[in-house]
Amino acid sequence: MEPAAGSAARPALSAPAPGSDLLRASGSSVQIRLHGRGGQGTVTAAELLSVAAFEEGLFAQAFPSFGSERMGAPVEAYCRLSRSPIRTREPVSRPDVLIIQDASLIEQVDLFSGLRDGAYVLVNTTEPLEDLGFPPLAALRRDHVLSVPATELAREYLGRPTPNSVLLGGFAAMTRLVSLGAVHHAIRHRFSGAVADANVAAAAAAFEHVTAEREGRVRAPAG
Amino acid sequence: MLQQVEGSKAVAHAVAMCRPQVVCAYPISPQTHIIEAIGAKVKAGELTGCEYINADSEMAAMSGVIGASAVGARAYTATASQGLLFMMEAVYNAAGLGLPVVLTLANRALGAPINIWNDHSDAMSVRDAGWVQLFAESNQDAVDLHVLAFALAEELSVPVMVCMDGFVLTHAVERVDLPTQAQVDALLPAFVPRQVLDADAPLSIGAMVGPDAFTEVRYLMHARLLRALDVMPTLAASHAEVLDRPVGGLVRPYRTEDAEVVVVAMGSVLGTVKDAVDELRADGSKVGAVGITCYRPFPAAQLRSAIAGARRVVVLEKAFSTGVGGILSAEVAASAGATGAAVHSVIAGLGGRAIPGSTVRGILRDALAGTLAELTFADLKTELIEAEFTRMAAGRRSGPPAENLLRDLVAGERRRHG
Amino acid sequence: MAEHPRTRVRFYQVGSFAVGNRLVEDHQRSAQSERERANSLTSGHRACAGCGEALGARYALDAAMRATNGRMVAVNATGCLEVFSTPYPETSWRIPWLHSLFANAPSVATGVAAGLRQTGHPDVRVVAQAGDGGTADIGLGALSGMFERNDDVLFICYDNQAYMNTGVQRSGATPGGARTATTEAVGKHPGNPFGQGKDVPRIAMAHEIPYVATATVADLFDLETKVERAMSLHGARYLHVLVPCPLGWGSEPSRTIELARLACQSGLFPVFEAVRGEVVASTRIRRREPVEAYLRGQRRFAHLFDREGAVRQPEVVAQIQSIADRNIERYGLCEVAAS
Repeated sequence: MEPAAGSAARPALSAPAPGSDLLRASGSSVQIRLHGRGGQGTVTAAELLSVAAFEEGLFAQAFPSFGSERMGAPVEAYCRLSRSPIRTREPVSRPDVLIIQDASLIEQVDLFSGLRDGAYVLVNTTEPLEDLGFPPLAALRRDHVLSVPATELAREYLGRPTPNSVLLGGFAAMTRLVSLGAVHHAIRHRFSGAVADANVAAAAAAFEHVTAEREGRVRAPAG
Repeated sequence: MLQQVEGSKAVAHAVAMCRPQVVCAYPISPQTHIIEAIGAKVKAGELTGCEYINADSEMAAMSGVIGASAVGARAYTATASQGLLFMMEAVYNAAGLGLPVVLTLANRALGAPINIWNDHSDAMSVRDAGWVQLFAESNQDAVDLHVLAFALAEELSVPVMVCMDGFVLTHAVERVDLPTQAQVDALLPAFVPRQVLDADAPLSIGAMVGPDAFTEVRYLMHARLLRALDVMPTLAASHAEVLDRPVGGLVRPYRTEDAEVVVVAMGSVLGTVKDAVDELRADGSKVGAVGITCYRPFPAAQLRSAIAGARRVVVLEKAFSTGVGGILSAEVAASAGATGAAVHSVIAGLGGRAIPGSTVRGILRDALAGTLAELTFADLKTELIEAEFTRMAAGRRSGPPAENLLRDLVAGERRRHG
Repeated sequence: MAEHPRTRVRFYQVGSFAVGNRLVEDHQRSAQSERERANSLTSGHRACAGCGEALGARYALDAAMRATNGRMVAVNATGCLEVFSTPYPETSWRIPWLHSLFANAPSVATGVAAGLRQTGHPDVRVVAQAGDGGTADIGLGALSGMFERNDDVLFICYDNQAYMNTGVQRSGATPGGARTATTEAVGKHPGNPFGQGKDVPRIAMAHEIPYVATATVADLFDLETKVERAMSLHGARYLHVLVPCPLGWGSEPSRTIELARLACQSGLFPVFEAVRGEVVASTRIRRREPVEAYLRGQRRFAHLFDREGAVRQPEVVAQIQSIADRNIERYGLCEVAAS
């Protein structure tokens, strides 16, 4: 992927967001785990997330689970964000944020393994979260568990069912760890022209969708 | 210039800044992104004065680099694991001929069984060849070590390999400060070879040497390699000044001042180790770590200084000598002998098995408590081992061991997940 | 009466100096001792008496030096030539010379060529050389890679048809029926089995490289001409030279050139040139010889004959003859040349 443009100082692109609580609360770094299938751009999503974080002046580390990734096989990617340099290299076993690109993975993978208290979960689905049958979600704060129809949005805006940059817009809305602006910058470093425009629009649509859902859940915690 | 970039791409940038004149490479996971990126730079005209040759094997890749270096060109290649084994004859040849070539080794396990993930067995397989071997702790380190590598190689007339953990570093996207062309030009003058095949001054290179002089030739290789122990710190200091950050070096102590237990390790695991050291220090435990950056030549004196005062030294390594035990451990033990510290060997991370912070913390606590064995295989699945021994005892035709273990592993996982 | 087609008269060595260089025009002579010769491989090397490879290498490299105005680098694989030319602590090479390993001469040469271009010496040319073992067996992959990339190297194979340096073990180039240390003349099928062979010139032609040629030490002028022709071209070029080995073949040192000639005249070793995969010229056989004439002088084929010299294994000899027949047909070696 193309490296993000840089300079010596990295000013944040937006005002400190609610996600900075997550940064403080989690101590050393926020640990994000992404689950998807080969071909869905899970690894790219983690990389773009790290670039968006870099744009915000954060330290970020992204890496895949290094499997023999065939199309359709389960894939994990990891991302750590921090205000200070990240030294550890182990896979994310205690995620603060979970991004599930393909809900069907529940059959094959222990998606929620190690999930921390207070964690955020973003699921790519058109179904209501309650209907997905993910028991661990019940233990989490309602406004921390959100969904976005990322594949459908991707089809609509990109013409392809690749949900990765869409999900980043949702991630930004859910956690406020990075701003939508940073997500857009990251997208434009990876893609160009009309493809970049489409991805940016798709991410923005996801951002709006998740923001609305989050506010709804905040206002009505009992559901 | 700060960038959020994949390790491989960062290294490709660093190598390109060093103005290689011939790059001859053959693809192997997990080095492919490095050579692809360099090839693209040559093709796009970003890296000029360089010829990029697509070799037909790793042996061809190292051989091409030998030929280029012998006529005075700055030459570079990269490989991993099986590729290193395939070019091993040429690896020894380059060192024996005294050619200052640079190689990136994207550390990956040696088979059989075939395994594409990270450990240090490939680097260990050529530790006696006469190359300088440097181990990168992070992608920033990898970038800076490559610039050092060319300078060191050409100063010493010794080939240098920069080891960086395959996938763990090569495929990780993180913040790196990439050097500019001006900075690298200031640090790396044009290559002036000690020996060169010159049509105007013909000489023969590579002739046979008999018993009368072979010992002396090999001793000279040894002496030249040992010079790195002096040259590396000097070069590292001058590089650090231009780049404005710590660079290179032989060993890197971390909170060892009053440490009772010190972990010695190489490569990317040091990040996890330092986090574990900080956590235990926060609880009042006196622990520290030493990273070995320059593995060959072995910095025995510097290591001894760094671990001085420690009761126990735990060598955490990603390789071992089958039938013996730890490799780095034995070398550390030999260096540490006089200090009176007990040296423990922990073999971890083989074939890409992650080394979680919890494992490192556990090892440190066991060492502090005096319950750490002399040799430990971290996170070993003993039930799988026992099952295979039982199978072997039951009959002659027990089957291929690796496949048996895999079958048991999958069956065990199915049972656990219901 | 039909007019006889005009044929250029060539004179041949017949085992004495009765007919030879002296009757040939100056420009058709191979100059055997001239002060102006580069003497790339000079005297003092440790080759056996009658070594075909020493003779071939000397002529080939001097021709290359002439063609490149003395600006070239030689890359040598491990083998007889490398060992006898650099007997520790001396070297008999007067040109820049690099020996790396056994299997990698083509790859090293590729790197040398690139290095020369990138260090501002694009005029300095590269010749790589190896025996049949280093070319046809252990180095074949590397050679094919060099061909495929069309690297600017002339690769010369000195073919004495076995691993001679290590004590005469068979190689992929060893002919059927020949005795070597690993294909002894014992058992039901004495000597080397008749396999598929490794026709490296044709393998080179299959890569359609700019120039492929075969030559022998029986016609040194032809060898020199081909080297010079090759050095006038760029890209991957291959020259395959038959070099009898008195030790390995069990032949008289004084008969090296004669045996090479018999190999040609029997059809066993076709002499030809090919450009981009197509044969463009072949040297006609002026007076065809049966293969026995060639085989008889070599102890490696002694088991095919009895003490009186009569053929003892007619089926083996017939098989060898059929190879010769096939070459003659394939390359038109007995066709009347157009004038």
